[in-house]
Amino acid sequence: MTLSKPLLEINHLFTSFRIKDTYYDAIHDVNLTLNENEVLAIVGESGCGKSTLATSIVGLHPPGNTTVIGEILYKGENLVNYSEDKLNKIRGNDIGFIFQDPLSALNPLMRIGDQIEEGLVFHTKMTDQERKARALELLDQVGIVNPERVARQFPHQLSGGMRQRVMIAIAIACKPRIMIADEPTTALDVTIQAQILDLLIELQQETNAGIMLITHDLGVVAEVATRVAVMYAGQVIEVAPVEELFRNPKHPYTRSLLNSIPQTERDHDRLQVIQGMVPTLTKMPKSGCRFAPRIPWVSENAHEVEPQMHEISPGHLVRCTCWQTFNFEEQETKEGVVQ
Amino acid sequence: MTSFMEVKDLNVHYPIRGGFFNTVVDHVYAVDGVSMEFEKGKTYGLVGESGSGKSTTGKAIIGLEKITSGKVIYEGQDVTNQRRKRDSAYNRDIQMIFQDSHSAMNPRKRVQEIIAEPIRNFLNLSPQEEKRRIIELLEIVGLSEEAMVKYPHEFSGGQKQRLGIARAVACNPKMIIADEPVSALDLSVQAQVLNFMKDIQTEYGLSYLFISHDLGVVRHMCDHISIMYKGRFVETGTRNDIFNNPQHIYTNRLLSAIPNIEPETRIERKIERQKVEAIYKADSHRYYDPDGKVYPLKEISSTHKTAMIGLEKGAE
Repeated sequence: MTLSKPLLEINHLFTSFRIKDTYYDAIHDVNLTLNENEVLAIVGESGCGKSTLATSIVGLHPPGNTTVIGEILYKGENLVNYSEDKLNKIRGNDIGFIFQDPLSALNPLMRIGDQIEEGLVFHTKMTDQERKARALELLDQVGIVNPERVARQFPHQLSGGMRQRVMIAIAIACKPRIMIADEPTTALDVTIQAQILDLLIELQQETNAGIMLITHDLGVVAEVATRVAVMYAGQVIEVAPVEELFRNPKHPYTRSLLNSIPQTERDHDRLQVIQGMVPTLTKMPKSGCRFAPRIPWVSENAHEVEPQMHEISPGHLVRCTCWQTFNFEEQETKEGVVQ
Repeated sequence: MTSFMEVKDLNVHYPIRGGFFNTVVDHVYAVDGVSMEFEKGKTYGLVGESGSGKSTTGKAIIGLEKITSGKVIYEGQDVTNQRRKRDSAYNRDIQMIFQDSHSAMNPRKRVQEIIAEPIRNFLNLSPQEEKRRIIELLEIVGLSEEAMVKYPHEFSGGQKQRLGIARAVACNPKMIIADEPVSALDLSVQAQVLNFMKDIQTEYGLSYLFISHDLGVVRHMCDHISIMYKGRFVETGTRNDIFNNPQHIYTNRLLSAIPNIEPETRIERKIERQKVEAIYKADSHRYYDPDGKVYPLKEISSTHKTAMIGLEKGAE
């Protein structure tokens, strides 16, 4: 892992949205690196800022209501300062994007073949025939059985799994170095999900690209990721290699998430989770540990005043120090008192 | 067997119209001969991929979908396709929780009105008693009294799902049909709702028909599981039967496709998955008839049934 080169470096990224004349941080001080030939999973529940992080990278926010501050280094240049024109040269060419809902990401009035060629028209100097051939080749590559026919069809004529395959074909059309996949399999059935994930990984291994996989499904993470970053309330709270994270989770939030998966072996027990949910943007704690309100039984001294990421073993970083004193049992007894 | 409710050979077919005079040219066999029995205090899982007819089965049982043929028998009475009546015990005792509780609630009504609806329909309570009952229900689902005067949009997804449950348990039902109750929720909220559903089950001796595509959740919740494909059951049995001794290739495919949270074994699982896929392609005649339909169910043990031919050979 130490041998692989970093493709994308995110340093001290802040993304804030304007709500009624006040800016609120949806992304707060995120530092992440995406290396070559790895699948970096970004995990968290809705409202954690994982999708905002992805869209910040390629500048997909309306500029009037959003500010992005910090560094996103790609090939030594900061994407945050890029103009729309410059970003357009990168989008689809260097960075491929796979969205959750292919039906709304695909143009309903355009044939599949033309949509795949769109990126090629913009980024390459291929001739018409070359482009057509490349589109069919891509459809074949993503496992579509009858590429000639599908290329002539419209998005609504395809099944959900097929549409997602088309999305992937579009994303990989220009052989991007980086692929950002935002919940690529959330809307699909499990058997189709397994196929799509296998496909993504095969393509990634062929091209040595780096994939940033955004998901809320820890099962998917365990299947495909090499490294995992857990987000909570706009911050990365834990980063670790995938085996380490599942074997040895540290942050209370990570542990709660892992506990909330209905597990096969634990059968009919109650799921041991931390009560409550991610605060909304306007109710985000302004200072201190953002997870503190969820675990009130942990004493204030256990938290850092300005929580930082601490490396506790090689490659394993945890924010704040509250994980050292945290345990689930105390919550159970506290609940008992309330009842 | 002390089942209080039985579904016998349930069929729901939708006509496909077409041709010259918009005549019925064919049918969609959404539910095609499904039988189930329900016991008190147990949870029954109904699993399948999208389009398998699992939701239609649930809706047909409660009476939201017209049953083409077959019977629903509740405590000895035939309640198939009956009109919804206020004095019907069946309508009171069987309730439903929907996946999207937001669209299942009237956005213009306050929570008090929403929860009061089944109470006014089925119980004769004075306004004071009604209010007390609503507060009690909100307490059960972990919401404060102030929630009464709020509108549905003021609640989060998990809270709305709890309100849906509060409404469903308002008249002390015997059975709740839960159609993907946690599919739209975040992981930790999902866990909270599942815990809560288990709590009220032990407290009130409820039965659940738990409809879901998520085998992990079903395994956690259900005593008895049925796997559905194209309107028919491919396999039905206890949790142990299905997860430790799956017979049908479709069950195996589903099981092998569930992501597991052990990153160490992912390569072995991929190999296993490909093996199952290969059997599925090579051996499909044993599992599906020439029309692609599932065979009738056959008994392998007192609790376990599966739909495939050549079982005797397979057992050897």
